[in-house]
Amino acid sequence: MRKNRVFWGAIAPLAAILSSLLLVSLILILRGVNPLEIFKVMISYGFSPRNLVSELNQTVAYYLAGVAAAIGFKMLLFNIGIDGQYRMGAFFGAVVGAAVNLPPVLHVLLIVVVAMIAGGLWAAIAGYLKVRRGVSEVISNIMLNFIAAAIIAFLLGEELLGILPEGSQNVQTRPIPVSGQMPTFKMFNGEVYSFLFVAIFVGIAYWVMLNKTVFGFNLRATGLSFRAARSSGVNAPGMIFVTTVLSGAIAGLVGIGTLLSDTHSYSMAFPSGYAFTGLALALLGRNHPVGIFFAAFLWSFLERAAPVLEYEGVPPEIVIVMQGTIVLAIVIAYEVVARINLRQQQRAVGKVNAELVIDKESK
Amino acid sequence: MATDAKKAATSTGKVKTFFKSPARITLVVAGIFFIISLVESLTGATDISSPGTSGATLRFAIPLLMAGLGGLWAERAGVINIGLEGMMIVGTWTAAWFGYLHGPLVGFVAAAIFGLASGFFHAVLTVKIGIDQAVSGLAINLIAAGGARYLSGIFFPPVGGDRTVSPPVDSFPTFTIPVIAPFLESIDAKNIFFISNLAGVFHGLTKDVSLVTMALLLLVPLTSWILWRSKFGLRMRFSGENPMAAESLGINVYRIRYIAISVSGMLASLGGAYLSLVASSVYREGQTAGRGFIGLATVIFGNWRPGGVFAGSILFGFTDALRVRQSESVMSLIMVAGIIATVLALYYSVSRQWKPGAISAVLALVAFWIHQRVDVIPQEFVTVFPNFATLIVLTFLAQRLTPPAMAGMPYRRGSE
Repeated sequence: MRKNRVFWGAIAPLAAILSSLLLVSLILILRGVNPLEIFKVMISYGFSPRNLVSELNQTVAYYLAGVAAAIGFKMLLFNIGIDGQYRMGAFFGAVVGAAVNLPPVLHVLLIVVVAMIAGGLWAAIAGYLKVRRGVSEVISNIMLNFIAAAIIAFLLGEELLGILPEGSQNVQTRPIPVSGQMPTFKMFNGEVYSFLFVAIFVGIAYWVMLNKTVFGFNLRATGLSFRAARSSGVNAPGMIFVTTVLSGAIAGLVGIGTLLSDTHSYSMAFPSGYAFTGLALALLGRNHPVGIFFAAFLWSFLERAAPVLEYEGVPPEIVIVMQGTIVLAIVIAYEVVARINLRQQQRAVGKVNAELVIDKESK
Repeated sequence: MATDAKKAATSTGKVKTFFKSPARITLVVAGIFFIISLVESLTGATDISSPGTSGATLRFAIPLLMAGLGGLWAERAGVINIGLEGMMIVGTWTAAWFGYLHGPLVGFVAAAIFGLASGFFHAVLTVKIGIDQAVSGLAINLIAAGGARYLSGIFFPPVGGDRTVSPPVDSFPTFTIPVIAPFLESIDAKNIFFISNLAGVFHGLTKDVSLVTMALLLLVPLTSWILWRSKFGLRMRFSGENPMAAESLGINVYRIRYIAISVSGMLASLGGAYLSLVASSVYREGQTAGRGFIGLATVIFGNWRPGGVFAGSILFGFTDALRVRQSESVMSLIMVAGIIATVLALYYSVSRQWKPGAISAVLALVAFWIHQRVDVIPQEFVTVFPNFATLIVLTFLAQRLTPPAMAGMPYRRGSE
C-alpha cells in the first residue's frame, strides 16, 4: 500500500519530465542533431565527479528555495518574493558577519539568524499587505523583488557598505573573518558545503512542523479552507502572516551556503531567479521534503550539464526551455489528474444515488 | 466606525466626481505643470520641460503602455497575465529577426502574430486546462527568455549578429510635424514663464515622431471604446466581474477570454517590437528589462482603466527618461512633489480632513528635507520608482481601487 502511494505520487512528475524530454528531443531533431547522443553526453558530463560536487552545492541553495516555496504553497500562498528575501538574507548576513568578531560556532550562528530575520522581515511586508490590505502577494512580491535588488545595489556603493577588491570588477561586501566561515567536507574529490546538513535539517524540520505539530495542523487547515479553519478557532489571518514570514526566513538562507563556504562576501554576482526555481521545485516535488530534494538535484544537474551542449553545436539555453516545459507539464498533469478524480467521485456518488432510487422504486 | 466609513465614502465620491469631468483633469494637469514651471524658473534646471525629455518620455512610455494595455485586456476578462514580460521578449525577438529579413513593417506584423500566439498559449493553459494563472505566466516568461537566447545563438551569429545581439535592423522613418513644431520651437526659445515650458513639452512631442508611436497611442482610445462602448467590451468586463452570471446569460466566457488574452499577448509583443524597432534598431538580450512587470504595475496604478494605464505609463516613462538624462531634474521633481503635497495638505486642512492632511504635510516635509540635504538621488532608486509607487498605491489606496472582481480566480464552466 505504502509503495503504491509513492508510485502514484511520483508518476505525475515523471510523466512531466518525460514529456518535456520529448519536446526537447523534437527541438533538437529540428536542429539536426541526435537527441539521444546529446542526452548521453549530458549525463556522462553531468555525473563526472567534479560536476557532481558543484551540483550538490547548488542543490543546497535550490533545496532551500524549494522548501520556502512549499511552506507558502501549503497556505495557498504564491511566494514569488523568494528572490528578494534571499538577497536580503544573504546581503545582511554578509554585512553583519563581516562587522562582528565572535567565537567560531557562535559567529556562524549569528549570520544564519541574521539572514533568517532579514528574509523574514522582507517577507513580512508582503504578509502585512496581504492580511491587512488585501493585496495579492504575487503583485506585491514582484514589486518587492525589484525594490530589494535596488536597495542592495545602492547599499553596495563604495562609500557605503561595499568595497572593490584589487583586480576585481565586482563590488562586494567586506569579507567575513575565518571564525564566521563554514568548513567544507571532501566528497567525490571535491569540496561540498557543510551547509548541506543545515539544508537537510531544514527539510526534516519542515516535515515535522507540518505533520507533527499543532502549528502545522493549523497551517494546513487554513490552507485547505480559510473559513473552516477560522470558524473552528484558528487565527487564520495570523497564520497567513506567520507562514509568509516563515517562508521568507527560509528563503533568507538560500544564499548562505555559498556565502559561508565559498565567497565569504556578498557581491552582485550572486545569481537571481531563485523565486521561480523554488516554486517550480515545490511543484515538482509535490511539497514533500524528499521530492523537493530530487527536483532540486535535477535542476542543478540540468544547469551544470548544459555548457557541454556548446561543443555539440546546441545553444545551452535549451535547458531553460526544458525547465519551463517541465513546470508547465507538471501543473497540467496535476490538473488533469484532479479532474479525473473528481469525475470518478461524482460518478461513484451518482451510482450510489441511482441505486437508492431504484431500491425505493422496487419496494 | 460607521461615521468613518461614511466619511471615507463621501470623500471617495468627491474624488470620483472631481476627476470625472475632463475640464477638471485638464485644470489639475495645468496646475501641476504650473508648479513645474515655477520650480524650473526658481532653480534654473530646465530639463523637465525640455523637448528632449518629453520626446524621450514618449519613447520610454510606449512599451510600458503596450504592456499595460495588454495586462488590462487580460485582467478585464478575468485572467492575470504575469507572462507579459515573456510576451514582450517574443516581440523584441521576432520583430528584430523578421525585420532584418524583410524590413521593419514585416517585423512589426510578425511580432503581432507571434504575440497573439503566445497570448493564445496562455489562454489555453489558464482557460481551457485551468492551471494556476501565475504559474502559467511565470513559465511563459522563462520559456520565452530561454527560447529567445537559444534561437539567438542559432540564428544571429551566421548573419553578422552576436549570440546576444541581432544584426542591425532598419528603423521606421520619423517625421516632424510641419508648421506646428517650428512654431512651438520659436515660442520655447522666447522664455516666457509657463507658456514657453508648455511649448517645449509639445515641441518634443511633435519633433521626430515615428508613425508607429502615433498608431500605438491610438490604441488607448480604441481600448477605451471597446471596453465601455462595445458589446464585446461589456461581455469582457462581465467575464472578469462575474463569469458564472455571464455564463448563465448565455455569454461564452471561454471564448471571450480566449480573445482577450490573445489580444493581451499581441499588445505586449508590439511593445517589445517597439523596443527593438523604434526605440533602438537591434535586438539585445535583456532588452525588456522588467518592463512587462512595470506594465503590470501600470494596470494597478491606473485602476484598471485605459486612461489610467496611459497616465501611469507616461509617469513611469518620464522617470525612465529622467534616469537616462539628468539627475538634477530628479531633484527638481522632488521639489515639485513637495509643493504638490503642500497644496494637498492645505486643501485637506481647509476641508477638515486631518488624517490625509497630516500625511500630506509629512510627505511635503520629507520632500523638502531630501531636496535640501541629498545631493543626488541614486539611480537605483529612480529605476525602481514605478515598483515603489505601485506598492505605495496598493498600501494606502487599496480600498479605493476597483479591480475586476474575479481577476486571477480560476473559473471552470459549470462550477460554482
